[in-house]
Amino acid sequence: MSDAGVIIIGAGHGGGTAAALLRQYGWQGPIRLVGEEPLAPYQRPPLSKAWLKGEADEEALILKPESFYAEAGIELMMDARVAAIEPAAKAVRLATGERFPYDHLIIATGAKPRRLHIPGADLDGVLTLRSAADAEALKAHLGPGKRIAVVGGGYIGLEVAASARYLGAEATVIEKEARILARVACKTLSDFFTRYHQDHGVAFEVAADVTAFEGADGKVVGVRLGDGRLIACDVALVGIGAPPDDHLAAHAGLTCDGGIVVDLEARTADPSIFAIGDVTRRPMPLYGRMFRLESVANALEQARHAACALTGRPAPAPEVTWNWSDQYDLKYQFAGLPLDADDVLVRGDPDQAKFAVFHLKSGVIQAVEAVNAPAEFMGGRLLIGQRKPVDPARLADVSVSMKEVAA
Amino acid sequence: MAKVTYIEFNGAEHVLDVKPGLSVMEGAVKNNIPGIDADCGGACACATCHVYVQEPWLDKTGEKSAMEESMLDFAENVQDNSRLSCQIKVTDELDGLVVKMPESQH
Repeated sequence: MSDAGVIIIGAGHGGGTAAALLRQYGWQGPIRLVGEEPLAPYQRPPLSKAWLKGEADEEALILKPESFYAEAGIELMMDARVAAIEPAAKAVRLATGERFPYDHLIIATGAKPRRLHIPGADLDGVLTLRSAADAEALKAHLGPGKRIAVVGGGYIGLEVAASARYLGAEATVIEKEARILARVACKTLSDFFTRYHQDHGVAFEVAADVTAFEGADGKVVGVRLGDGRLIACDVALVGIGAPPDDHLAAHAGLTCDGGIVVDLEARTADPSIFAIGDVTRRPMPLYGRMFRLESVANALEQARHAACALTGRPAPAPEVTWNWSDQYDLKYQFAGLPLDADDVLVRGDPDQAKFAVFHLKSGVIQAVEAVNAPAEFMGGRLLIGQRKPVDPARLADVSVSMKEVAA
Repeated sequence: MAKVTYIEFNGAEHVLDVKPGLSVMEGAVKNNIPGIDADCGGACACATCHVYVQEPWLDKTGEKSAMEESMLDFAENVQDNSRLSCQIKVTDELDGLVVKMPESQH
């Protein structure tokens, strides 16, 4: 090994955590953490929730104070863009022309919000939400009497709609599928969240195409739907997914297939190069296939994979994928993937805003979607990992505790 | 500032000055103390910031919410003094607090 050390491209939640874990696990060599943003690694989940509502400040957002990195001997390069990875030379070239050699590289470039390529997409006030800067711009447009049009009924869109309502703004969610959350949750959840948001004053347009953003004086004033109607707004948020930011890896010849392909150690086809987080496509042993996961939990699990592999630690036990979303007073937690399910059952009562949907395959829980039901989430996650069949009748019966179901 | 002592499962002690208003979890994470993962960043959504509160501090850290209780129910190696450290706000009254970490958060 040379003294080139580790370079981490992407100073988000995954990259920042990988750097800190390498030091925790005893990595002695140099660590360079290169990020395009002006902020030290921070948490993105609060941007659409607590931060947008003014309940969390920048200090709460950042994972560790900037001083930590210097103290830990981690060179944090902010506002720095990588132009290319040169795997043959084992070097990274920055946009400034500077080149840095590496012994090991960790790619943690995450994802970039998908944009709509339609007329008016460049108007002021047509926004996406990924970074703290994006959130700052969005926040400036929200408040009493303001109107937001949210294009895309996914988690980002719904969380922003909930936060907008909290801030006194009017919100309309426009979804191209027949139901919100169509890609990521079952119909019971879609119906529940639709009703809950409607009860909080959010309007929905489903099965609706967006054909243009209309503007006046360069600013967005409305979203034009396929049927000709205009949804008037002061700001529009486009939340229609975030493809992996894998162009550096692809240019470097690493195998990409809707994300950088990695193994269970988060290693790419090049043994010196790891990739972690939203940018990867990774094996999911529980389900016997490759999957691209977009979650903090996945980014942190893969940060542990890479840090363990680099420091010679045994690989950590496999985790069950999970994620969460906060909207209004709802805590929505979900675990596993509802693949190949042959049975779907509801435990609890959606009308009471406390329930869970379980997806089973031959009696084994594949996935759980839990609203204000932490025991169902935690018990479900445990059972998904154990692959132990459960009695569906007992699982659906709230008089049998989750502890008993899991016993 | 309140002094908080974090004791890893292997016995390694870390004594930190934590700013009141931060959670016990944030005090650990912001200083890169091993043994508290806090994957969800304090949303009480993951139970990976599990600690054992040492006496005489347990009562002083307050009551667990129903949410925290349910999350802890399924964490590993739970004891009577188990808490999720994201749910304990550091105050001047907690100056001297001692918490121990479990063997694993996952």
